[in-house]
Amino acid sequence: MEHFALWLSAFLTLGILSFLYKDNPWYKLSEAIFVGISAGFWVVTLFWDNLVGKFWDGWQDEPMLFVGAALGFLMLLRLVPKIGWISRWPLAFIVGATSGLWLMNYLASNIMVQVMATIQPLFSTGYASGFDAGWGAIISSLVIVVGTFTGLVYFFFSKEHKGAFGGAARVGIFFIMITFGASFGYTVMSRMSLLIGRMDFLLGDWLGMIG
Amino acid sequence: MRQQIPLLITFIVGTLLIVSVFIPPFGDLETTFNIWFDIIAVFAFFLGGGNLLRVHINKLRKRKRDWGFSIVTILGFSVMLIAGLFKIGNPGDIASAVDAPGSLFYDIFNSVQYPLSATMYSLLAFFVASASYRAFRAKNREATLLLIAAFIILLGRTPFGVMLTGWIPDSTSLLQIPNLAIWIMNSPNLAGQRAIMIGIGLGVISMSLRLILGIERSYLGGDK
Repeated sequence: MEHFALWLSAFLTLGILSFLYKDNPWYKLSEAIFVGISAGFWVVTLFWDNLVGKFWDGWQDEPMLFVGAALGFLMLLRLVPKIGWISRWPLAFIVGATSGLWLMNYLASNIMVQVMATIQPLFSTGYASGFDAGWGAIISSLVIVVGTFTGLVYFFFSKEHKGAFGGAARVGIFFIMITFGASFGYTVMSRMSLLIGRMDFLLGDWLGMIG
Repeated sequence: MRQQIPLLITFIVGTLLIVSVFIPPFGDLETTFNIWFDIIAVFAFFLGGGNLLRVHINKLRKRKRDWGFSIVTILGFSVMLIAGLFKIGNPGDIASAVDAPGSLFYDIFNSVQYPLSATMYSLLAFFVASASYRAFRAKNREATLLLIAAFIILLGRTPFGVMLTGWIPDSTSLLQIPNLAIWIMNSPNLAGQRAIMIGIGLGVISMSLRLILGIERSYLGGDK
């Protein structure tokens, strides 16, 4: 069984990699298996974790969970064309809950925390510690303040990017480009490590060519 | 009626969650709504699974192009569903965890789902490489900055980067590529990230307000 699983994994791995040559039936077969298995995986996982784990095991202590289950059931009414419009109710709940939660969370974490972290003493290590910061720390703090401010100026589209405002926006683009470059570098590295993992599987676990 | 009730639900739920932050006894509302959210998500996934079957059965019936692969998709979906819902081969029967080692669900995940998803994502390495080629042709100042930042970050996280600038004395250690990569991450990158995060935050707040107040209604679809 273990041997079969190993060969099956290798067959499917090579099937997906064969797309590098061109779209072919081996790739399509692997892709079709992936779609079916993934969909089944998520339905089963959510069934046991959420429906059984959160609703079925908890409704005795918390009868209000039935409201959630009822809303979920209403979503299935989408399959009945005549009363399919009722499925908008659970959707409205999801949209309302997400809006309410995100409005407060983003206000706190994305705005307040970030602004507070940016507004810090430039020349000292604390508010009461005098001018004790080193040159390196001062330059880094300045870069952060200037970069955040000019980056925000770039995202302000209600005013034409001309003159001093345009100059600030241009500096902002430079900072945003560095951010994109850093993210790009990280993405390349994460994909490469996945590829190395699959090569390690093929050459090591499957073919036994590397230890 | 078909539009008003969903708009009212969105308004009440959204407002309640905002108010609950300011009134501590209602603080649990967030947890309760999150659990309801999770329960609704299960039904949404049932709907998605049903839709997947409908699409592929239709393709099969009409003998559309590549209909043979639809059989494979339906089979894969059904096998995973049966293996997981009935916990086939689970060491502790129905009471054990669905992904208990030794179960059919666990075996399929390890020998099919995991290698397929890892390879699918690793395939992106090749496409990223081709995108890099296009992005890294420093056509203007912005592209050059992107190129330099990405290059330093890539080199800084590899032993080659350490080897390349290891000879630089400690007094100017910032010029060593790994240290330069750390500085880029902690200063200019952080500044750009903050600007983007604050921008996203402002966007989310304005969109949330539009949704709660019923100005944005596109999620309701048409009038039918």
